[in-house]
Amino acid sequence: MNINLLEIFQYGFMVRAILAGLIIGSIAPLIGTFLVAKKYALIADTLAHVSLVGVAIGLFIGINPLYTALAVAMLVAVIIEKLRTDQQLSGETALAIFLSGGLATAIVLLSLSRGFNVDIFSYLFGSIATVNSVDLWLMLLLGVVVAATVVIFYQQLFYIAFDEETAASSGIDVKKLNLLLLLLTAIVVGMAIRVVGALLIGALMVIPVVTASKIAKSFKTALFLSIVISLVSVITGLIVAFYLNLPAGGTIVIVSLLFFGLTLLFKSP
Amino acid sequence: MKNEELVSINNLSFSYNKHKVLDNVSLTICKGEYLGVIGPNGGGKTTFLKLILNLIPLQSGSISLFGIPINQFKDWSKIGYVPQRLGQKETTFPATVYEIVSLGYFSKLNLLQKISDAQKNKQIQKAMEIADVWNIRNEMITQLSGGQQQRVFIAKSLVSSPQLLILDEPTVGVDVETQEKFYNFLHHLNTVHNLTLVIVSHDIEVVVNEVNKVACLNKTLICDVPPKQFIQEDYFTQVYGKSRRLLLHNH
Repeated sequence: MNINLLEIFQYGFMVRAILAGLIIGSIAPLIGTFLVAKKYALIADTLAHVSLVGVAIGLFIGINPLYTALAVAMLVAVIIEKLRTDQQLSGETALAIFLSGGLATAIVLLSLSRGFNVDIFSYLFGSIATVNSVDLWLMLLLGVVVAATVVIFYQQLFYIAFDEETAASSGIDVKKLNLLLLLLTAIVVGMAIRVVGALLIGALMVIPVVTASKIAKSFKTALFLSIVISLVSVITGLIVAFYLNLPAGGTIVIVSLLFFGLTLLFKSP
Repeated sequence: MKNEELVSINNLSFSYNKHKVLDNVSLTICKGEYLGVIGPNGGGKTTFLKLILNLIPLQSGSISLFGIPINQFKDWSKIGYVPQRLGQKETTFPATVYEIVSLGYFSKLNLLQKISDAQKNKQIQKAMEIADVWNIRNEMITQLSGGQQQRVFIAKSLVSSPQLLILDEPTVGVDVETQEKFYNFLHHLNTVHNLTLVIVSHDIEVVVNEVNKVACLNKTLICDVPPKQFIQEDYFTQVYGKSRRLLLHNH
């Protein structure tokens, strides 16, 4: 089999997919590192399921589903944090309710609007061919906003990930920072739907982080290493998917799982 | 001359869902004191600390910190806090000792303040040297023993040069030898560095030997006296009953 490695760059949709992958691959573990450290990684999956409701609304009213997915994910992030801080529901219970509730609502809304023949699979598992240049610019803008926010609030986010109680006793507004972290998570989730899909974004936010944590010798190294692992997984996954005609989202996650498997093999506990 | 009052508590009461855990408690903590807060489980010790640290809102009564009402108090760098068994949470957190200790610098900072890295590092190093953890600065926090972790968390609290250090059950799960070294270290902080200490502990025998004032909480403030008086007036039996005896030993 003669494979031309440059062929991938001859297709506009693949160039856009790679650029989108680079943006998502950088910011997903950036936020994921704080979520994993806080033992709150399931929030990414919950918001991803909920963002499907936004996709359904977008398809129903005929506007770019990326915008509505972002809006719904951010709104629900605020509601979950409110329920958690008011102690009406424990964090875990709130996630369980919204995770299944989000998917159920999305399915009903989609069937009410255009039926299941809508490209629901592309939103569940990603569809790189659907990334247009408007999406790409929006991803770049939001990616810069997310990265800049993390740089500005790095020390505070690190502090609340380590221990909320001592952070609060130092005068840090823990409630506002938790909300900020959830809003950033919602943005990343909304952005990533096109590339890896709602069902797989959680994996991209968690697996590279856990892999990096196993070999890193500090929090900062773990953060940088998780981004490197994620970027290599995204690019390798996209290339492999292109040449072997496989779904990109699933391939990306499998590559990241291979890295995780390697650390388990070569790193003693 | 009366010592400076760092914490002044007046008629403090607190309830969880109509269940009263603190009732009309008044107490002052003065500069240089080493206060031990003891009392039976559910006696309100942890709630008392959380109220002083503004982690839960006041319901009734008042608290002043360094002469300022707690709801107007901003300079939290003056108060260091080591919560109960912080170390137990640290089974997976991927951070070095230095990274954890440097968090302590945060309470000194605000976003508009620009401080040189050299100045920051100097202050972090000083705190780590006092707590004797400078030599393990590059170790992962997860690799340390319980006693070492507690020293790291104290170093973190010392970075902001606090005047008051509050510790909640700092030696739970720590072996006796490490405990002894730990209390010697606290004594050193109190006498040499003139740090005011408040320690909450179940280990009444140790506390009574170490501190210079004992506050006994059992919903109300049973006593607020020097350890010698605590023993002579038999406050122990008043709180814990005759079935339990106080075993005093010297460290």
